[in-house]
Amino acid sequence: MLILSSLLLFILLAAARDEFQEELVIRPLHSGDIYASFQFRTLWDTDFLQEGQKVSHYRLFPKSLGQVLSKFSVRELHISFTQGFWRTMQWGQPFIPSPPGAELWVWFHDTVSDVDGNWKELTNVLSGIFCASLNFIDLTNTVQPSASFKPLGLGNATDHRFLRYATLPREIVCTENLTPWKKLLPCGSKAGLAVLMKSEKLFHSSFHSQAVHIRPICQDEQCSSKAWELRQTLNVVFDLHTSGQGKKEWSLFKMFSRTLTEACPLASSSKVYVDITDNPELFELSPATPLLGQAVVLGDRRTYSVYDLIMPTSSMVLSPCALGDMLRPLLHAERYVAGFGLQTGEIHTVIYNNHPYRAFPVLLMDSVPWYLQLYIHTLTVTSKSRDNKPSYIHYQPAKDRHRPHLLEMLIQLPPHSMTEVTVQFERALLKWTEYTPDPNHGFYVGSSVVSALVPSMVAMRTNFTQDQPLFSSFVPVKEESSYFVRVYTEPLLVNLPTPDFSMPYNVICLTCTVVAVGYGSFYNLLTRTFQVDEPSPPLSKRLANLIRRMRGVPLLT
Amino acid sequence: MAAPLTLLLIVAVTIRAVLFRSSWAELISERVEVVSPLNAWKRVVEGLALLDLGVSPYSGDVFHETPFMIYLFHFVVDYAEIVFMIADGITAVALYLSIQTYNKNVFRKQKYALESDRYPADCLELLRSPKEMFYIPLKVAMFYLLNPFTILSCVAKSTCGLNNAIIALFILCTLKGSALLSGILLALATYQSIYPLTLFAPALLFFLQRLYIPVNLRRSSFWFFTLQYAFIYVGSLVVITGLSFFLLGSWDFIPSVYGFIFSVPDLTPNIGLFWYFFAEMFEHFRLFFICVFQINVFFYTIPLSIKLKEHPVFLIFMQIAIISIFKSYPTVGDVALYMAFLPAWSHLYRFLRNIFLVSCVLLACSALFPVLWHLWIYAGSANSNFYYAITLLFNFGQILLVSDYFYAYLRREHHLTHGLYLKKKDGTEATLVLK
Repeated sequence: MLILSSLLLFILLAAARDEFQEELVIRPLHSGDIYASFQFRTLWDTDFLQEGQKVSHYRLFPKSLGQVLSKFSVRELHISFTQGFWRTMQWGQPFIPSPPGAELWVWFHDTVSDVDGNWKELTNVLSGIFCASLNFIDLTNTVQPSASFKPLGLGNATDHRFLRYATLPREIVCTENLTPWKKLLPCGSKAGLAVLMKSEKLFHSSFHSQAVHIRPICQDEQCSSKAWELRQTLNVVFDLHTSGQGKKEWSLFKMFSRTLTEACPLASSSKVYVDITDNPELFELSPATPLLGQAVVLGDRRTYSVYDLIMPTSSMVLSPCALGDMLRPLLHAERYVAGFGLQTGEIHTVIYNNHPYRAFPVLLMDSVPWYLQLYIHTLTVTSKSRDNKPSYIHYQPAKDRHRPHLLEMLIQLPPHSMTEVTVQFERALLKWTEYTPDPNHGFYVGSSVVSALVPSMVAMRTNFTQDQPLFSSFVPVKEESSYFVRVYTEPLLVNLPTPDFSMPYNVICLTCTVVAVGYGSFYNLLTRTFQVDEPSPPLSKRLANLIRRMRGVPLLT
Repeated sequence: MAAPLTLLLIVAVTIRAVLFRSSWAELISERVEVVSPLNAWKRVVEGLALLDLGVSPYSGDVFHETPFMIYLFHFVVDYAEIVFMIADGITAVALYLSIQTYNKNVFRKQKYALESDRYPADCLELLRSPKEMFYIPLKVAMFYLLNPFTILSCVAKSTCGLNNAIIALFILCTLKGSALLSGILLALATYQSIYPLTLFAPALLFFLQRLYIPVNLRRSSFWFFTLQYAFIYVGSLVVITGLSFFLLGSWDFIPSVYGFIFSVPDLTPNIGLFWYFFAEMFEHFRLFFICVFQINVFFYTIPLSIKLKEHPVFLIFMQIAIISIFKSYPTVGDVALYMAFLPAWSHLYRFLRNIFLVSCVLLACSALFPVLWHLWIYAGSANSNFYYAITLLFNFGQILLVSDYFYAYLRREHHLTHGLYLKKKDGTEATLVLK
C-alpha cells in the first residue's frame, strides 16, 4: 500500500514536470496577407542520456515520437512539410523557415554504429507516422552537410557523420498529413489553439507549413537538468484578397472558420500575440487588450498585443488602415536554371545582401541529384561583377545512383550587393525504369540552403528566460549583435532527355539484329571456303540416280 | 618521301590550328559523337580541378581516365592543343612507317613466291607492283590526318587521339620486329582502354611468322616464344598498374575506369549500340546482356586468328575495326583509326561488292547525326528513336565495310592459289560462292 502510494506520488511528481505551452502569432503583412504562426511546445523531462532506461510512461509527450527517439538513438529531429514558397521580399523573414516539399534532418547519437541503417528505418517509420511518402528518401537524395546544419539543441559533438539531411521537393501536403500532426498534440484538436486548425481553410492559403522539431534543451541557466523539447509549428499565410474579403478587415472566424473557445487544460500557457508594430494607433483591435508585449525577433523589435487564453475572451476583429514601411529583409536568395536544350544547363544562385554597410559571410549548401552532373571547374562566384573566391569549399561529387552532389561554400557578401554563384551541369539519360510516370514534368532539384549570422540593428537578448514568447526562442542566440537566419531558395524543375518508353522490345530486337548481321557475315567468311558453283542436277536425274544407287548400277553424270 | 609527308603534316596542323582558334572548337567539344564519358576533355579538366580541391577525382562519377592521364596533363594542361596535334602527327608518321615496312615485306614475299612459281599463270594481274605501292604509305597518313573524323576528334581534344597514337606506335614496333617495345606499348594501350587486349594475338602471330616459328601447339618453340611475349606484356601491364596505384595512393581507379568500361553505367548517347539498348533494358536481364555485348568484342579474336594466321597485319586491321564498332563507348576517333588503313588494301578494289552502298550509308549517317541530335535535344520535335536509328545504320554500314574488305581479301587469296579465271566442269565461266 505504501509502495503503491509512493509510486503514484513519484509518477505524479515526475509527470508534473512535463510542460505544454501553446501560442499563436498573427502578423499582418505588407502585401495585405495575414501570417499566422502556431507554436506548440511540449517539454518532456526524462534523462535521455541514460542508456537502457526504458521509458514506458508518456503523459504529454506523444508516445509514437518518444519510441522513435529511443529506438533510433536520435539526438535531434527536424521535419517539415511545406506547400508553397515563402516570398521573403514581400513577406519578410518567417519565424521558422522551411523549403517547399518535405525536409528532414536528423542528428544521431554518437553511439550509433550503422547510421545509414538507422536513417533508412527512421524515414520509413516517420512516413508511417505522418502519412507522407518519406520512404522515397534513400541514399540517392541524402547528404551529410559538413557545416550547414549544426545542432539547434544541446550537444557539442559535431562529427557530421552522424548528421543526415534530405529533402523531397515534390512532396505535397494535404489533410492526410495534418491529421496525424494534430494527433501529436496533448489536447488534439479538441481544445486550445488547435481548434482553429480546420483543413479547408488552412490549405486555402498562399503558404502552409507544418513542422516538428525535437531537440534536447537545458531547463535553466546552469543546465543542471535537461529535457526533451518537442515543438510543433504551423505557419500559414492567408491571402485575404483571393479568399473573397473585400476590405482589409480580418477576424479569427474569417481566417479559420472557427472561434477560440477555451485554452487547452493541459497547457501551462496559452497566448495569442497580434503584431501591432506597424502603426499601432491606426489599428483597431476588438476586443481590446491592455496587455502589450515587446520582443526582439529576427533583428527587429516588435510590439505585440497579448491575449491570454487562460483568461477567457471572445473572438478578435481587427481593422487596419495604412501600413508603414516593412523592415527590408537583410538576406535573400533566388535560384534558377539557365541554358537551353536537354544536354547542358547552368544553375544560378543569386544571394542579396541588403545591409547598407555591413558585410557578412554566408554558408551556401547545394544538394544536386546525381543525374545532373556538375562540373565544379565551371563554378564562378561574382559579387558586384568581380570574382569573389569562397574561403571554404566542401565538395563531394555524386556517385551515379548512390549519392547526390554536395557543395558547401562560405562566401563573404559585400554590403548592399548581389552575389551570383553559377555552375554548369550536364543532363544524363536515365534507364527507362528510373523515370517517374510523368517524365516530361521534369525532375526536382531541392532548394539551396543559405545560412548566415546576420548583423542585427537591434541588440538581441542572450539571457535565458522561461517566459520568453515561443516564437523568439526557437533559435538559440549566442551573441547580441547578430541573429541566425536560414533562407531557402526555390526548388528547380529540370527536364531530362527521355528515351521512348514504348520501345524496349523493339530496341532489343533491332540492336541484336545489327549485332547478328555482324556475327553472320563474319561466321560465313570464317567457316566457309570459296568453291566453284556447280549447278545441281535436275530433280528427275537426282531421283534416277537414287534408284540406280539402290540397284547398285553405275550413276548418270 | 619525307617532303610530301612534311607538307601533309603542315597542312594538317594548319587546319587544326585554324579550327582551334575559331568558335567551332567549343561546339565540337560538346558533340556526343566526338567525345564520350571516357575521353572528353571537359572531364579531364574536371578531374584536375577535383584534385586541386583535395577530392580524389575517382570519388565521383565524372572522371574516367587512367592516372597516367592525370600525370601527363598535370604538367601540360596549358599546352593541351599542341599535345593533341603532336599525338595526331605521331600517329600519322607511325602509320606511314609501318605501312612502308609492311609493303616492303609484302613485295619481298611476293617476289619469292613468284620465283618459286607458286602462283597460277592467269593471276599475274593480281600481283602488286612497286609503282602502285609507292604512294600507299602517304595515302595512309593522309587518310588519317585529313579525315574529318580525326580533325573533329583533335579539335575536341578528345583523349582518343592519344590512345590512337599509342596503338599506332604499337603497330610500328610490331612491324619493325621489336618484341619488347611492342609488348610495352600494347600493355600501355590495354591500360588505357581494355579492348586492345585482343591485339595480342595478331602481334604474336606476326612475330612467330617473322621468326619462322610454325604456329603448332605441339611445338615447344611456339610455346617458348609465346610465353616470352606474354611475360613482357603482362609484366609491363602489372608495372604500369602498380605505378598508377602509387600516383594517387589507392586502387579507386580500377572500378572507376575498368569497371566503368565493362558495366556501362552511363547511358549518354554516342555512336555505338550500347546506350539505347541498356536504356531500354529490363533490369532482370541487364547483367546477361552486358556479358553478351562485352564477349562479342573479344570472341572474334580466336576464329579470326585461325583464319588469318598468315596475314597478321590484316588481322590487326580487322581487330581494330571490331573494337571500334562494338566497344562500349565508341567515338569517331576510333573509326578514323581503322579507316586510315583502307588505302593499304586498295588492291582489293575489284573484289569489293558493296563499297558504293557502304560509302553512301556512312556519309549520310555522318551528316544526319548532328541534325537528328539537334531535333531531339534542342528542337524537341524528334525523339530519341531518330538518333538511335541513325546509330544503327552507321554501325550497320561499318560492319558491312569491314566484312566487305574481309571478303575481298579472302577472295584474292583464293584466286592467288587457284587462279583468277576459274572454269566449271563443263568449261564455262565459273562463279565463286562461299560454301
